[in-house]
Amino acid sequence: MSSTYQIIWHGRGGQGAVTAAKIFTEAAYLQGFKGVSAKPTYFSERRGAPVSVHARISLDPIRTFSNVSMADMAVVLDDNLLEMVNVTSTLKEGGLLVINSSKRPDELGLNGPFSVAVSDAFQSSEEAGLIIEGNVLISTSILGPIAAASDLVDLANFKRAVEHKFSGKALEKNLLALELAYRSTRISSYTKFARTVSA
Amino acid sequence: MTDVRIITANSAAAIAAKLCRVQVISAYPITPQTPVTEELAQLVESKELDAEYLTVESEHSAMASVIAASQVGARVFTASSANGLLYMHEMLHWAAGSRTPVVMACVNRGVGAPWTILNDQQDSISQRDTGWIQLYCKNSQEVIDSIIQAYKIAEHIDIPTMVCYDGFILSHTTTPVEIPGQELVDQYLPPRRQVKGISDHSFMNVNPLILSDPRLGIDGKMAPGYMDMRYRLQNDLIKAIGLIKEADQEFEQLFGRSCGGVCWNYKMSDAAHAIVSFGSLASECTLAADLLRQKGLRAGVIGLRSYRPFPKNEIVKNLNGVETVTVFEKDVSYGYEGALAMDLKAGLYDSVNHPKFCSYVVGLGGRDVLPETLANEAYKAITGEIEHGWVDIKA
Repeated sequence: MSSTYQIIWHGRGGQGAVTAAKIFTEAAYLQGFKGVSAKPTYFSERRGAPVSVHARISLDPIRTFSNVSMADMAVVLDDNLLEMVNVTSTLKEGGLLVINSSKRPDELGLNGPFSVAVSDAFQSSEEAGLIIEGNVLISTSILGPIAAASDLVDLANFKRAVEHKFSGKALEKNLLALELAYRSTRISSYTKFARTVSA
Repeated sequence: MTDVRIITANSAAAIAAKLCRVQVISAYPITPQTPVTEELAQLVESKELDAEYLTVESEHSAMASVIAASQVGARVFTASSANGLLYMHEMLHWAAGSRTPVVMACVNRGVGAPWTILNDQQDSISQRDTGWIQLYCKNSQEVIDSIIQAYKIAEHIDIPTMVCYDGFILSHTTTPVEIPGQELVDQYLPPRRQVKGISDHSFMNVNPLILSDPRLGIDGKMAPGYMDMRYRLQNDLIKAIGLIKEADQEFEQLFGRSCGGVCWNYKMSDAAHAIVSFGSLASECTLAADLLRQKGLRAGVIGLRSYRPFPKNEIVKNLNGVETVTVFEKDVSYGYEGALAMDLKAGLYDSVNHPKFCSYVVGLGGRDVLPETLANEAYKAITGEIEHGWVDIKA
């Protein structure tokens, strides 16, 4: 089980956490992880309510379908959720917290034994024109900071996974949103001895 | 080149039905089965699948209409869950009794009340005695492979077959699934052969009312009595144990993958302690066995694939020489124990080997089951005196 990397996605119903997690697992499969899974946790979910997706990527086929209790990475699709959900209580020491926010990592008031990667996915998607009926779609732009802050899956494989899902104008916009969010990622790295900030 | 897609078990089920070139689909949506009906409706609408999609007002009507279509020779498909499946109950008996090779997906969900949309296996287990073949899947690959095999089995012996997989845990979880090529599926599963029906001739020549003893039918030939027909169904279900194995072997020859026939083993060759389970829970149990082996206990897993017919001889043979058997299941026969535990203990009665036996009910109504929990409970079963218990009761 130690060869399995576990991720919890935190979003709001309708925000794209399920779609983002699916594209992420597809990209991980393209990267060479034989086992990938993404399990949305369903209750009486509705638009706007907090939802989560439990994902795993592994070099071996996945045999467990249980919830992720401690994640190697937590992805937060909306920084308002930080006030509602204790996302760091299920994050391992030394883990990575990826947040969609317009703030800098040090402005989020998060202190703990984990790295923080922040990108303004809303802004990246808006710039790329990913707006439908007033909703900004961030399920591809949220993948940008993951690619930037972790060496799990290359940006090229994220792009290939996006290419499998979209075509035409929608594909162009999604690829641009991913690229913009990737480039504007700000990372606060955690090590046991010191915290360093890179740009 | 292999076609691997990262999809849910529900998508896998819909793709399987398409690959089997089903001709009539009738289904009524219910969580967590709904995406199966949506995807199939889209395939029919876009003409990618040349089938009749009958929209009906209930699950009872869905099953009634696929039975009717099956009786006149069509390859049919439906799917349901939980209370929807229970609403089909009368027609499930009818499908088996009239020997129609209906194939359905049961997306396992807990039964209300109290209301739940989440997973356990009480729904399909409560349909155990309807005369259907029931196959349980440990992952989404087995869902697509088992539905293809189910048509082979059902149409060979004219017994309906239910392919069961866990709601949400598999139905809504995306994992890599290898999609079989259409040409190979066509080779494996030719068009449905001539309709044989409840009698040896057709569905139409059975007397409107079957009496207790044989009597002349409307064609002037002797027609069997009710009990004789039921005896044939029972005999054919027992014969189906061999058919399920053959269908899986033939599948493996063509596609290079096996679902294990009637049951599969994990690290059982040297095991002193067997864990027996079915569905995705059995997959979870393989991790529990790994954890027990780290503690120095020689643990293994038997995953039951065919619950009905119950492959008593195969399982008892696999349990030969083990010291303990621990059953985990997501169902219970209220007032006694879990259904699998009862069946397995009855099967072991005829065996010379009587291992220490313990059974647990876990994960009802979607309660999360961790491999660590299974390993801890199995450890208690192996080292203690527990006979039956419910795991992770919180209040």
